[in-house]
Amino acid sequence: MLHTFVALVSDKPGVLTRVASLFRRLNINIVSLTVGESERPDVSRMTIVCEAPDHAAHRIRASLYKLEITVDVDEVGRSEAVIRELCLIKVAAGPKTRSQIFELATVFRSRVVDLAPESVMLEMTGAASKIEGLIQVLTESGYTILEVSRTGRMAMRRGHHTSRVLKALGTPHPNHSDDTSFPEKPDADEILPNEFTDVHED
Amino acid sequence: MSKTSSSNANHPQLTGAEIIWATLVGEGVDKVFGYPGGAILPAYDALRKFPIHHILVRHEQGASHMADGYARASGKVGVCIATSGPGATNLVTGIATAMLDSIPIVCITGQVGSKVLGSDAFQEVDITGITLPITKHNYLVTRAEDIAPTLREAFQVATNGRPGPVLIDITKDAQQNSAAFNFEAAAPAAYRPHPMLQAESSSIQQAIELIQQAKRPVILAGHGITQSGAEAQVLAFAERQQIPVASTLLGLGAFPTYHPLSLGMMGMHGESWVNNAIQQADLLLAFGMRFDDRVTGNLAHYAPNAKKIHIEIDPSEINKNVKADVALIGDLRETLELLLPLLPKNSDTSWIAEVNAMKGDAAVRDIINLPDNGHLYAAHVINDIWREALDAGRLAQTIIVTDVGQHQMWEAQYYKHDSPRSLITSGGLGTMGFALPAAIGAKVACPEKDVWVIAGDGGFQMTASELSTIVQEGLAINIAVINNGFLGMVRQWQEAFYEKNYAASPILSPDFVKLAGAHGIDGAHVSVRKDVTPTVTKARTSGKAFLINFQVEKEDGVYPMIAPGAALHEMVRRPASDPLLETAEDE
Repeated sequence: MLHTFVALVSDKPGVLTRVASLFRRLNINIVSLTVGESERPDVSRMTIVCEAPDHAAHRIRASLYKLEITVDVDEVGRSEAVIRELCLIKVAAGPKTRSQIFELATVFRSRVVDLAPESVMLEMTGAASKIEGLIQVLTESGYTILEVSRTGRMAMRRGHHTSRVLKALGTPHPNHSDDTSFPEKPDADEILPNEFTDVHED
Repeated sequence: MSKTSSSNANHPQLTGAEIIWATLVGEGVDKVFGYPGGAILPAYDALRKFPIHHILVRHEQGASHMADGYARASGKVGVCIATSGPGATNLVTGIATAMLDSIPIVCITGQVGSKVLGSDAFQEVDITGITLPITKHNYLVTRAEDIAPTLREAFQVATNGRPGPVLIDITKDAQQNSAAFNFEAAAPAAYRPHPMLQAESSSIQQAIELIQQAKRPVILAGHGITQSGAEAQVLAFAERQQIPVASTLLGLGAFPTYHPLSLGMMGMHGESWVNNAIQQADLLLAFGMRFDDRVTGNLAHYAPNAKKIHIEIDPSEINKNVKADVALIGDLRETLELLLPLLPKNSDTSWIAEVNAMKGDAAVRDIINLPDNGHLYAAHVINDIWREALDAGRLAQTIIVTDVGQHQMWEAQYYKHDSPRSLITSGGLGTMGFALPAAIGAKVACPEKDVWVIAGDGGFQMTASELSTIVQEGLAINIAVINNGFLGMVRQWQEAFYEKNYAASPILSPDFVKLAGAHGIDGAHVSVRKDVTPTVTKARTSGKAFLINFQVEKEDGVYPMIAPGAALHEMVRRPASDPLLETAEDE
């Protein structure tokens, strides 16, 4: 099954290799991996999607946590989360066939970001299934897809939810709450570290 | 690393090379194992200004094994140092050995100048890349001001949580440049144990219920006991609950063998009663062990009726091989201290009696009981080395360092370890050539102890060049070569599983006594049993290094044995055709 992990890691050279190397050692194929800045200057945020047996999730999470560069790890597959990816699609289309593509793009809430005499480039953000849907429709409609570039998934849990570990390290916005206490009780299945816990503000 | 930039003029400007040694001194290091070379020469140029004794090895693999042996014997961090390129790659086997057995060592390697990194400069190798999967963490340092904070963090990483090796690759220019040295300011952020790294109270409660319900519990004593310093807690726990204790190879010594609750070593070459007790148990208490395939046998048939309580500091070990009913993640000593006061005393000893009744079923005792019929068996040799130390009152002051193979298993079977850190052996990686250099590390760490190398004729030849190191350092290390003319464990497997196709397992050896003599080390050949003890005494009391070549039975096997894929109770006994069995008291 597909597992989705969010890893908060130190923003240092070689960190990507350390994470990627872990998956290689475990003989697990990475489906997608995105890295970028987070809300903290010294912490990068990775979303890693991988194909692994159902029971492997705990071990992957615990192994990720063991890396010295890891600040915190969350598995978002089991919770309400927004999961998105960005895709650029270049389609072969001349002046006669463009308008149909524009219509399709509208239906899929995709945007035209480049127009050339013989091609159209579409930008689409959404769940992976939506993106695959657009590609499928384009293909079935007889268009030639010249290039596809997908970012891979990014994930964030819904609700006022934050990392316990990051909270303990202190808030990046000093004017906000400086509550650094840990929430009381982990979920029943949380026998391994998973320090993202929902915190509901009343 | 920003802390050092705030250092002020009160702190001396040192070269990076000096900072390396000054930081090591600050961390309490007074002995390092290493080998100089181009990219680490600036560091060596500064070495003699500092109160650090450098042990020159003969091959960098020896340096990493020595640091490892030093750490295992002393409980402190072992430090080794090597140059870039081949110096660094030669460390690799020793680093992997330390990784698999969770040994805290810090390895310092020189690296080419930061300006030429990645250019295939002379003796350049990407050692941080190479050692990524076999270190707990590693660093590339390119600036003098980063050396102290990185080294200090390395010591913290090596020792905290589950210990392990850390490598620091320092470029030549970082050693040559200068920076203000402020040891205090270079301290890493306080180690923050993960909030989940302490047992949940609900899990503690579950564990207590399981322990109280259990009728046939067994403690599985692992390396984590010694790592955590929990020997007294485990002893108290076992005695209070009247639970027998089976040990892993690296757990030997953590629970005294003479204790009535001690079962001995479990697993592939464990005694039948140990493995049978585990298979019949209704509760396994895994204390700082990781259910390695060498101790479980076939997982599908492993302790089928037992609930499992796993106390382990590394969360990634939980449910890795064996599913835990209750997982208590955290330091073993702290966790046992939480558990102990909550458990009422148990006085039901019926299970102990049942286990003791199984002890009559002994295969390995056969050899000990064997009369002296002219043949020399490795079991005799090892048992006599143990008895000699016992009779001399030196058992608690004796460290045995074994290599890997048949002699290693015979040592585990016939030498009775009563104190922690009295056995040093490569368990997880099974590194041949480990014993001699690791023994040097152990002797350097504990000069007051008797240190014995027990090695086979194969493994001994892998690192025999370190004999010279022994002499240069004037170390009184005793060496027992168990010489059977074969790569014995390979031969045994070829006998058992490859129809005696002895491909590449017969091995020719030099005259080891002459080899020792060429180094200025005294030695003796022993090939009959009556000579074993007197020669062992002579070696032990010589006050110098001494090598004994024990010419033992060529085609002897380690029994009992569990074939790969077989369940833990399906052990193979010594073959009935073996003349050894005829004189045995048991069976």
